[in-house]
Amino acid sequence: MSNDAVLHGDAVVLPHSGVHHGEHHEHHHHETFITKYVFSQDHKMIAKQFLITGMVWAVIGGLMSVLFRLQLGYPDATFPWLEDILGKWAKGGRISAEAYYALVTTHGTVLVFFVLTAGLSGTFANFLIPLQVGARDMASPMMNMLSYWFFLAASVVMLSSIFVETGPFSGGWTAYPPLSALGDASPGSKTGMDLWLTSMALFVVSQLLAGINYISTVLNLRTKGMSMTRLPLTIWALFFTAVLGLLSFPVLFSGFILLIFDRNFGTSFYLSDIFIASTNKALPNEGGSAILYQHLFWFLGHPEVYIILLPAMGMVSEILSTNARKPIFGYMAMIGSLFAIAILAFLVWAHHMFVTGLNPFLGSIFVLLTLLIAVPSAIKVFNWLTTLWRGNIRFTPGMLFAIGFVSLFISGGLTGIWLGNSALDIHLHDTYFVIAHFHIVMGVASMFGMFAGIYHWYPKMYGRYMNNTLGYIHFWLTMIGAYLIFWPMHYEGLAGMPRRYYDYSVWESFKQFAELNKFISTVVIIVFAVQLLFLFNFFYSIFKGRKVTTLNPWGSTTLEWTTPIHPGHGNWVGEIPEVHRWAYDYGKDGQEFIPQTQPVGEHESHH
Amino acid sequence: MATTTATANPKWWGGGKSPFNVEYGKVMMWYFLLSDAFTFGAFLIAYGTTRFATNGWPDPNQVFNSFPGIGAGYPLLFVSLMTFILIISSVTMVLAVQAGQRMDKKAVVVNLILTIIGGLAFLSCQAWEWTHLFHEGAWWGRNPFHNADGSMATTNFTNFFFTITGFHGFHVFSGVIINTIMLIMTLSDTFERRGHYLMIEKAGLYWHFVDLVWVFVFTFFYLV
Repeated sequence: MSNDAVLHGDAVVLPHSGVHHGEHHEHHHHETFITKYVFSQDHKMIAKQFLITGMVWAVIGGLMSVLFRLQLGYPDATFPWLEDILGKWAKGGRISAEAYYALVTTHGTVLVFFVLTAGLSGTFANFLIPLQVGARDMASPMMNMLSYWFFLAASVVMLSSIFVETGPFSGGWTAYPPLSALGDASPGSKTGMDLWLTSMALFVVSQLLAGINYISTVLNLRTKGMSMTRLPLTIWALFFTAVLGLLSFPVLFSGFILLIFDRNFGTSFYLSDIFIASTNKALPNEGGSAILYQHLFWFLGHPEVYIILLPAMGMVSEILSTNARKPIFGYMAMIGSLFAIAILAFLVWAHHMFVTGLNPFLGSIFVLLTLLIAVPSAIKVFNWLTTLWRGNIRFTPGMLFAIGFVSLFISGGLTGIWLGNSALDIHLHDTYFVIAHFHIVMGVASMFGMFAGIYHWYPKMYGRYMNNTLGYIHFWLTMIGAYLIFWPMHYEGLAGMPRRYYDYSVWESFKQFAELNKFISTVVIIVFAVQLLFLFNFFYSIFKGRKVTTLNPWGSTTLEWTTPIHPGHGNWVGEIPEVHRWAYDYGKDGQEFIPQTQPVGEHESHH
Repeated sequence: MATTTATANPKWWGGGKSPFNVEYGKVMMWYFLLSDAFTFGAFLIAYGTTRFATNGWPDPNQVFNSFPGIGAGYPLLFVSLMTFILIISSVTMVLAVQAGQRMDKKAVVVNLILTIIGGLAFLSCQAWEWTHLFHEGAWWGRNPFHNADGSMATTNFTNFFFTITGFHGFHVFSGVIINTIMLIMTLSDTFERRGHYLMIEKAGLYWHFVDLVWVFVFTFFYLV
């Protein structure tokens, strides 16, 4: 068979000379600045590119939330400096309604897609998959590099949309038509929306290139002995994340193509019976359905929250087990629940649409499927708690963020049970209750997973540690701040306060929340400032952090800690190590930890 | 060989080898096709739901009844020819892949050329059909055809037709480009030097997928 030529010759897997063959390993490529830092094909450098681009977007997106929280907390105040930075969007120091909606929309889009998808799974799938499965690099380093460059192109287009005359898109991150389909409907639906769609299409390509790479690396490039049930849970989580992205982003892509035709080529896929007040014009479009778009969007939109959440879950499992010095509780149950979540993720999208005119009978089926997600989620939570139970816990900053993730996932997950009920959703839909729910369970929890991953794997990324004191300050203020911001929103939502309003002070029913909104906005500013502390810690430590002196600073079992402190392209000097056991032999037979590379001893007990 | 490997070490999932005994590129192609199937699936389901929710729909036998040179009155004859051409091009692609497995360069070249011709013929047919419909007044946002019951139709018949067959045509076009690159690489002995024609197999997977999609597009636009 011709397959054998490729399959059983190691060298073909990665056609780079030098890094591959054991006998050549001292030989170094001639690397210029361009090939090492810019057009790098090394998965570790691509991971850092994703991370730092994601951090830039996190700052931009976070700053946007500070700006619109100023409007919500202090609707009557004027801030002349806002006019200095935003110009006509903040005439007289007060953010205009158009700018407010543009800020909210862009905040949502970039945080969901650019920070928590590209910045989170882009960073850690790239960094950890080859290192933890025991591969020299991704299956296709070239496609991996392209995946980053498509993401960067998407970023540039999105960023440019902020500067066009009519402003960026302002119809919410879900981009529902007809608002998103008709340029006459709002200023943001003109050029801003075209750029938004272009950016998102580029982003889908980036995700596709990344996803097929992650999947084929996990399946094909595991080192000898690394069976699927010896994989660290991070890899399982990132694998399911890639599968989710691969199957849901194309549906979004189709939905966007139809939207592009509706916007530019006179079709009526989503449009029917429309009268635009601003131009006093009745449109000829007939026969389309706006709800069709919602189905196509949420078929991605719901798996997307698991694309965001699963990598955090995987990393948290790994970090909890390592720092509790205990095996992860229920390894197979963890994989099973990840699998169940991945399947259910595709079957619950219409719970976002309970009040859009969905057939109530269909709604009841989606209620059932939605509430089923509580089962695997609860399994995961109990397994994390039992992993911590009577553990010999080391409270590193990474560990604190991992524990914080579990706390947030419980708090935010419980309100998901409320919202998953179509009857309760009639009252809670589009209120601040929803904002509180998804920010805690998906936004902040995944940010915590990302922080945990950064603090934990920083020594492997840069060969230095981040400062612990700053890390502790960062954790506690962010943890307390996140709850102070989002907890009160539950009360506002229960009282019926709708989301996406520009100014609540003009509504008699919501005047009672004026002080609470002020409080939330103040905390937002503090928490945002604390994140700058983290950024300082991150960039300062790259150059001046305490140096890592041992190969395995956390006493971890997994393969990435068997590489040199500063691994080159190809990761291992000489042969890739062989794996003999699962990833969680902590505290076994009186030994603190046993690396995966250590053969099983004769008298070793079974786990 | 594959079978000897299997008996010597039966642990396919144990790491250190591909569990499916295929190299990574083919795994990637399969997963890409899976995701592309979801793109087309979304399009066709969007089309199906819209059509189901609309009161009437034009009769394809009335709309697609022209054949170049002999005029109207031959329902679905031309599209049957198109479909036949595409399916035959799948057969020649299979022959090219098989020739590659035998390392028979000459047969690979011949069958790739036939496949490319088949692809181009299909695209030409599509171009004629689109032009013909355009001259009858059909385009995105314009639908001259009445519903089967004689009532006025919405424009979504033509909207979906041009969007989805266009998207499929774009895939055929990409396939022709890919096959042309494969032909150039074969002629320049790239695969001979590599010692295998695996790239042709991956191009073949893509080509068969595009054909398979056409079967669904054909069914849902012309037959029902």
